[in-house]
Amino acid sequence: MERSSWASDDVDIEHASPARVYDYYLGGSHNFAVDRQMARQAMDLWPELPLIMQANRAFLRRSVRYLVSQGITQFLDIGSGIPTEGNVHEVAQAAAPEARVVYVDVDPVAAAHSRTILAGNQHADVVQADLRDVTTIFDHPQTRQLLDPTQPIGVLMVAMLHFVPDEADPASIVAQYRKMMPPGSHLVLSHATHEGRPDQAGSHTELYRRAGAPLTMRSRLEVEALFDGFDLVAPGVVFLPLWRPDSPADVDDHPERFTGFAAVGRCR
Amino acid sequence: MNHADCEVFAQRWTEAIVGTSYVAMGRRMLARHLLELTDQLVEGFLAAEFDPSVGRDVGVAMVESHFTGTDTLKETLALIAEWLPGLPTSAPPRVDVSSRVAQLVGSLAAGYASALRERSLDEQDAIYRAGLRARRQAEQALAASEAKFRAMFTEAKMGIGIGDMEGNITDANPALQEMFGYTREEFTQLNVSSMVHPEDAASVWDLYGELVRGERDHFRMEKRFKRRDGGEIWTDLTVSLVRDESGVPAYQVALLEDVSERRRLQAKLQYQAYHDPLTALANRQMVTERLDQVFAGPASQRRVGLCFLDLDGFKVVNDSLGHDVGDQLLKTVASRLTRCCGPGQLVARMGGDEFLIIVEDTGGEADMAVLADKILSAMAAPVRVGGHALTVRTSIGVVERPVADTNPADLIQAADITMYQAKAGGKGRYAMFDQNRNDSEVADFTLSATMLAAVARGEFYVVYQPLVDLGHGTLRGVEALVRWRHPTLGVLGPERFIRLAEDSGSIVQLGHWVLARACEQAKAWRDAFGDAAPLVSVNLAPRQLHEASLVTDVTQVLADNELDPSSLQLELTEQSLLGDDAGPLTMLTKLYGMGVRIALDDFGDGYWNLPDLRRLPLRELKLAGSFAAGLQSPCDRVDQRIVRALVDLAHALDLTVTAEGVETLTQCERFQAAGCDTGQGAWFGLPRAPEQIDALLRGADPLCNREAL
Repeated sequence: MERSSWASDDVDIEHASPARVYDYYLGGSHNFAVDRQMARQAMDLWPELPLIMQANRAFLRRSVRYLVSQGITQFLDIGSGIPTEGNVHEVAQAAAPEARVVYVDVDPVAAAHSRTILAGNQHADVVQADLRDVTTIFDHPQTRQLLDPTQPIGVLMVAMLHFVPDEADPASIVAQYRKMMPPGSHLVLSHATHEGRPDQAGSHTELYRRAGAPLTMRSRLEVEALFDGFDLVAPGVVFLPLWRPDSPADVDDHPERFTGFAAVGRCR
Repeated sequence: MNHADCEVFAQRWTEAIVGTSYVAMGRRMLARHLLELTDQLVEGFLAAEFDPSVGRDVGVAMVESHFTGTDTLKETLALIAEWLPGLPTSAPPRVDVSSRVAQLVGSLAAGYASALRERSLDEQDAIYRAGLRARRQAEQALAASEAKFRAMFTEAKMGIGIGDMEGNITDANPALQEMFGYTREEFTQLNVSSMVHPEDAASVWDLYGELVRGERDHFRMEKRFKRRDGGEIWTDLTVSLVRDESGVPAYQVALLEDVSERRRLQAKLQYQAYHDPLTALANRQMVTERLDQVFAGPASQRRVGLCFLDLDGFKVVNDSLGHDVGDQLLKTVASRLTRCCGPGQLVARMGGDEFLIIVEDTGGEADMAVLADKILSAMAAPVRVGGHALTVRTSIGVVERPVADTNPADLIQAADITMYQAKAGGKGRYAMFDQNRNDSEVADFTLSATMLAAVARGEFYVVYQPLVDLGHGTLRGVEALVRWRHPTLGVLGPERFIRLAEDSGSIVQLGHWVLARACEQAKAWRDAFGDAAPLVSVNLAPRQLHEASLVTDVTQVLADNELDPSSLQLELTEQSLLGDDAGPLTMLTKLYGMGVRIALDDFGDGYWNLPDLRRLPLRELKLAGSFAAGLQSPCDRVDQRIVRALVDLAHALDLTVTAEGVETLTQCERFQAAGCDTGQGAWFGLPRAPEQIDALLRGADPLCNREAL
């Protein structure tokens, strides 16, 4: 399909954006009426959604700390969304002040807001790009300025790849990133799944499809397959709260209610 | 106040509000954070000077940690209202506990609400600003790309047209306007469907239909259009479909390049590739392709005919009257030929003054004969060129065959050969291809073409015929004669190949080869027999006398074999010396001066020129075999008298005389009686291998057949 090549990506605030809906789930106000309407519909169907998003956000925080503990101080956060409490650069820089972060989001509003938030921050910047434009992302001046290609990178695809349908071949996209990742790099991934709450998955998927951001939920095996070329860090692919919790108290009695898988892999 | 109580409270608080809001803290960290707030609350609650704003501070602090949920507030207020009243033990006296609790709770709620309101407004403000910035950037990018597009659209040399999905033209750039002669306004009144050209291939509009139905995204082809002024243009046309974001066809963009000039050039080149520029007839290339077509089809029963024409004496016209006249003549011939031919007949100029007519689907040789006659009579009238009335005569080779029996190359070759036969047959006529004649010419051609290679392979050899002294009966000399031991045809005599060698020019090499062999043999005899060695006589072809190197070649061969020039005789015919060229005579004079014997061969056959006998540097006269035949008759004394007169004349000129073709004793005796010096012929011995001459020289064999007869 050809699109007019001279029309730039339109800034669409008439439709809900996953980044702003996610912000609303987290209790933020970086969202418009359409986003809130969409989020409320989803929460009517699935009241635990805010908890799931919190769990996802908590996983992001823990995984970044883990990566810093492994000596990684540079991060590429793909699909970073709207900045909010516990941003990657805040978490990373709290543990390693020299840590550098490049945020990537295709949503022009999310990218514009991130740019404002990060103005003056020498160690973090944002690139507006599509997940699939791997070379654009790695060749971007901001990326080249902040990330040292000879040192390991933490690539974060947190709650990202379920927006990539099977036809777009997410495994090959991950493989392209792997090729660009220096030795010792890590991939952090969380992904929506129908395993855990198969009863909810169908209506939820339908809602996102209608909203123009179709979701593809994937099984544990499918998520594991995305780590081709990586060694999974213990405990492997698990429900969100089960990935290296800060304390046993943080783990819910029914972690499967948090219908997302979390995993970290190290480049082979 | 017991700090442990505070810890217990903070723990309960954590349990109550965990998960009600998103904060970037795990449970332990959250509990620590809430313990700090608890301490703050308790301290304020128990203060001597009570200030309810401590509640507000805690509410604000919570929102700062990103507690934003209403449930968080609800649980927090309920817990504080339940727990604080249980702390009066350590409270100062006269404290109104319930009033303080109520004030603290109210203040916390107000602080939380007001901080949340501020936070929400700030965040809303931020996201709206981000939206505006993003939109502004997108608009700038769009404006920049639209400006780029506009510039490209306006400045492009290629025509660009834009239309909606109904085919209404909505825009046309200046290049397109110029290409078609319409203004932009006129274009916008047009619909794509009105741009049909009567000769459009159906596929154009099929493709267009697929495009507007969204079944294909673009197509490209060469298409003709009518200009506003009615003129025609050829364009290289690309039409692309542009879809909107949701993939629905939105409009179409056509890119057109004017390729009319290129098409014209191509057509011209195409024409030039297949036509002769002078006569506008088809050329050799077209002949090749047409014949290929004829032979490509199903061959059954089809016949094809060719006329190969050559103008007789065209070179003379060109040389004497100039090329302009020659060209005019060729053009006239071309138009006369064209008038002779109809459908299914292609007239072509093959080059120079050669023409070819291809006739398809002939009914037999008779059809071609009719055509050939028609051509000959069409050529009969003189051609008037620049004040000259030129008579055109043409020789025509005609061949007609079933397609199945031949191929283009053979057909043309047959017509070409037949044309030469027509020329040889007297010009101004046609000849029909004759298979037998062709076969013999092909055989001659093959012999001619392979001759020199055969010399190199050693297929040629030399035999020697005795020349016998009629006075003493001794061997005076031998005539060297060449033979070809052909691998398939057997031994060939000179009558089979000398003429071919003369025609092809190979005679020069062949003659030199014979001379060299004969001289080597002469040396062998000289070495073996000394002064008894025979004179060696070698034939010299007319062509050899025109070779500038003849004298040096002869000198070299003699030197190579340490031969005295007087031991070599060269035989030539009077014919060799005809013509204006003084070269042959000069060379003969030199050879004569060196001491080489020069013999005039076959004297008496055909042309006689007695003064030549005096003029030429000769030492010997060889009387043709016809004299011997004359002497055979017992009663004819005239012949005898003529021979005697010739011998006397020769002797008077200091020439010796050899009688050729002596086959009988009678002839031998009569030549003796006439005073002839030497005899040659079957009576004295046939040509033979050099070893057999050795035997003669040794006296082992008798010198002549006399005894045998």
